[in-house]
Amino acid sequence: MNCIIIDDEATSRTIIGELCSSYKNLNVVEVFSNAIEAIKYLNQNRTDLIFLDIHMPDFNGFDFIRTLKDPPYIILTTADAEFAIQAFEYDCIVDYLVKPIKPERFKKSIQKVGAKLNEKITASTNNKERQQTGDDFYININKRLIKIDIQSIYLVQAKGDYIYLKTDNKNYTVHSTLKKIEEKLPDHIFLKIHRSYIININKIIDIEDNSVLIEKDVVPVSRSNRPELMKRLNLL
Amino acid sequence: MKEQPNLNYINSLSGGDKSFKIKLFSIIKKEFKIEKKIYYDNIKSEKLKLCSENVHKIKHKISILGLENSYKIAEQHENNLREGNVTLQDKFSDILNNVTNYLKKL
Repeated sequence: MNCIIIDDEATSRTIIGELCSSYKNLNVVEVFSNAIEAIKYLNQNRTDLIFLDIHMPDFNGFDFIRTLKDPPYIILTTADAEFAIQAFEYDCIVDYLVKPIKPERFKKSIQKVGAKLNEKITASTNNKERQQTGDDFYININKRLIKIDIQSIYLVQAKGDYIYLKTDNKNYTVHSTLKKIEEKLPDHIFLKIHRSYIININKIIDIEDNSVLIEKDVVPVSRSNRPELMKRLNLL
Repeated sequence: MKEQPNLNYINSLSGGDKSFKIKLFSIIKKEFKIEKKIYYDNIKSEKLKLCSENVHKIKHKISILGLENSYKIAEQHENNLREGNVTLQDKFSDILNNVTNYLKKL
């Protein structure tokens, strides 16, 4: 996690830098004694986190935040608690540290930012996955391209050079491989439960020993895939 | 009796790292000297709002040195100066002298 420090007081910059040095994943890439210099830097560079002093002459911390189009996470640092309420108006502000900043309080702030960053990464990965897989794909049958709605697929079975694609409405036999179709299916809905079968886990009716009933098909579950299947089920 | 500074905060921060303590003291000394001068200059020319800003910065150093009562006086003085009130000026000067003497010994 890259961060910058903005504070007009050298003592504060030194203390925050020292606190950051205790965290291996926290790199202080730049330190600024005024907001204007920081704005110039942020016009050219990105950062994950800013430690921002509110109380600075000419251009205070809130003025600074308002200049940022896409602000990163911000931890406000100040000698006064009086601005805390104003801080709630900004989504980018993760925490509010009152000086002198105590190491244990600083740790909590870093944990908060870490959790926020993880949420952001997960959301972005899910979004990317959704974009990559889309809601449908096309299969080629007798030189005709047929649109398949991904949500309607409940079972994919490999058989030699072909795969059987079973959907809510119709079944298809396609010249393809299980690996190829697996790449098109979103991980959060589909699961390979056997070397020849991929199922839509939302369509499972029941599971018994080493088989799954899905629609009217009984599908074997291999021993190696069973733990992952059990993990994905919402068990009571 | 004058309030005595302590190094509890700085020790908790340094985790026993002597070189960091030396570095921090050197910065505090240098910055405090400049801030104190600017404060007195502003008092002399009766720029009380600017004085309030100066006290704001100085009070952080007061808190770093563990001077809790002095910090409360500094905070009140900062607010008073914003309102044009200088009643705590002498008390604050005593605090500045106390800090100055302490930093000289370090």
